[in-house]
Amino acid sequence: MIASDIQIVMPEILLAVYAMLALLGAVYTTKDGAASLLTWVTSGLFVLLALWIGVNGQGTQQAFDGMFVDDGFARFAKVTVLLSAAAVLLMSESYLKRRGLLRFEYPVLVALAVVGMMVMVSAGDLMALYMGLELQSLALYVVASLRRDSVKSTEAGLKYFVLGALSSGLLLYGASLTYGFAGTTLFSGIIDATANDPSLGLLFGLVFLIAGIAFKVSAAPFHMWTPDVYEGSPTPVTAFFATAPKVAAIALFARVVHDAFGGIVGDWQQIVAFLSVASMFLGAIAAIGQRDIKRLMAYSSIAHMGFALMGLAAGTAFGVQAMLIYMAIYVTMNVGTFAFILGMERDGVPVTNIDSLRQYSKRQPLSALAMLVLLFSLAGVPPMVGFFGKFYVLRAAYDGGLAWLAVAGVVASVIGAFYYLRVVYYMYFGQEGLGLDGKLNPVLWTFLMGSALIMVVGVVNLFGIEPLAAAAAATLVN
Amino acid sequence: MIGLEHYLAVAAALFVIGIFGLFLNRKNVIILLMSIELMLLAVNINFVAFSSYLGDLVGQVFTLFVLTVAAAEAAIGLAILVCFFRNRGTIDVEDVNVMKG
Repeated sequence: MIASDIQIVMPEILLAVYAMLALLGAVYTTKDGAASLLTWVTSGLFVLLALWIGVNGQGTQQAFDGMFVDDGFARFAKVTVLLSAAAVLLMSESYLKRRGLLRFEYPVLVALAVVGMMVMVSAGDLMALYMGLELQSLALYVVASLRRDSVKSTEAGLKYFVLGALSSGLLLYGASLTYGFAGTTLFSGIIDATANDPSLGLLFGLVFLIAGIAFKVSAAPFHMWTPDVYEGSPTPVTAFFATAPKVAAIALFARVVHDAFGGIVGDWQQIVAFLSVASMFLGAIAAIGQRDIKRLMAYSSIAHMGFALMGLAAGTAFGVQAMLIYMAIYVTMNVGTFAFILGMERDGVPVTNIDSLRQYSKRQPLSALAMLVLLFSLAGVPPMVGFFGKFYVLRAAYDGGLAWLAVAGVVASVIGAFYYLRVVYYMYFGQEGLGLDGKLNPVLWTFLMGSALIMVVGVVNLFGIEPLAAAAAATLVN
Repeated sequence: MIGLEHYLAVAAALFVIGIFGLFLNRKNVIILLMSIELMLLAVNINFVAFSSYLGDLVGQVFTLFVLTVAAAEAAIGLAILVCFFRNRGTIDVEDVNVMKG
């Protein structure tokens, strides 16, 4: 009994044990001397685990009496989380090293955060949900203030901590109400309790739970921490925030509303639709005035979360499928974009102002072209892959009877295209100014080109991700 | 007779005080940490009250987890606060404003 349970959570256990051993090992030996090696090893382990989960896993298995669920949906999310975390670790190594920021705690904390994310997306119980979410959040608070001697970085950590703790509080209050009125913390029990006319207490619990999770996915109106944390954190950490935790949080969102509250779709649909519209418009409009590319990416991520939530708001299996495809595409685009941002520097000092991109195409035509493809894809310009992500969620919303939401999405996407295209304009037609120097280092260059290439080549069949996402969604919604 | 409703009312009141403490407080970051603690403890009252009302132990197990996590959270919060104080020389909430947006 216990042996088979442990078999199911083996990837999580392995990663957690690895993180603790790495921490002990580094403390007792060379400390930061091992940091580079640890970063490579951790990232390799992520890839191995992703392969193991992706190839080995099949069917739906439950461990610990349903507290932990291993199904197609969880595996899809886990593979996306692991691969994006591995990519970000690889990209951050040289950046952090050159600025003396590469401490051995960084890969360890990222590994612990990833364990938390893997537990989150597999949660079948409010307790597992809470513990996973907190493990992820606590590790992220620390990496946000990785640069201990910088006011900005510690301020980012402090803001993230206070607002993150507030959201955990809201989520917990919702969990307590749900537990009280459903009589159980198991999702399978909660869905039974909502079957015939859910009580008011349960609905209150649902609202608080959604508010708490909306903080974590940075959906408007719970987004206020995002721009500051993105701007203040060191750029590799920002890249990490924009990828893996977003996938995990939105997968958790889908897990909660479908697994625990799948019987009352009509009740949460309107909340999710509201979050979606608010995020799309806020992300599109507030980004227009931004000059800092990291803040710009923060608002961009808010808008993208709005689109992903649009798929969820449809309340159907196709909606979840569209959401998963959207998130996979979003993560790939962001890895490439942040590879470019990590390489933005002048005289060895990182630059994040978009004015520094003026006439970039003259100096680095190939990098500029790749960035152009990525920005077009982020804006959803056909025929880039980003357009297909948007197309899927719009169709899901339309099929789900939310035509108004789809129309709002199109309008928001047109508004949002403005600030992406402005960056392109600066790169190609801007006036000559103080530019950026140098080439990207080989790792960043590879990720930038690879990601841009995927955005173009993926148009053919999206690399077969569509049936995978459909199978994953089918295990969640039935 | 003190019933479930009374406990829930106390918990809700404490929770709301915690939230207001977060948003209305303009003085000191330590007070933010105290408000967060207050919110989590209010939730614990909820859990224990429900657990006793339902005759189900799960709520109390959850409470133990929440207590543990709250301790870890406070430790990390204070650590970040110490770093912030070293850089900024103040922990006034109004001075947490290097970045604006």
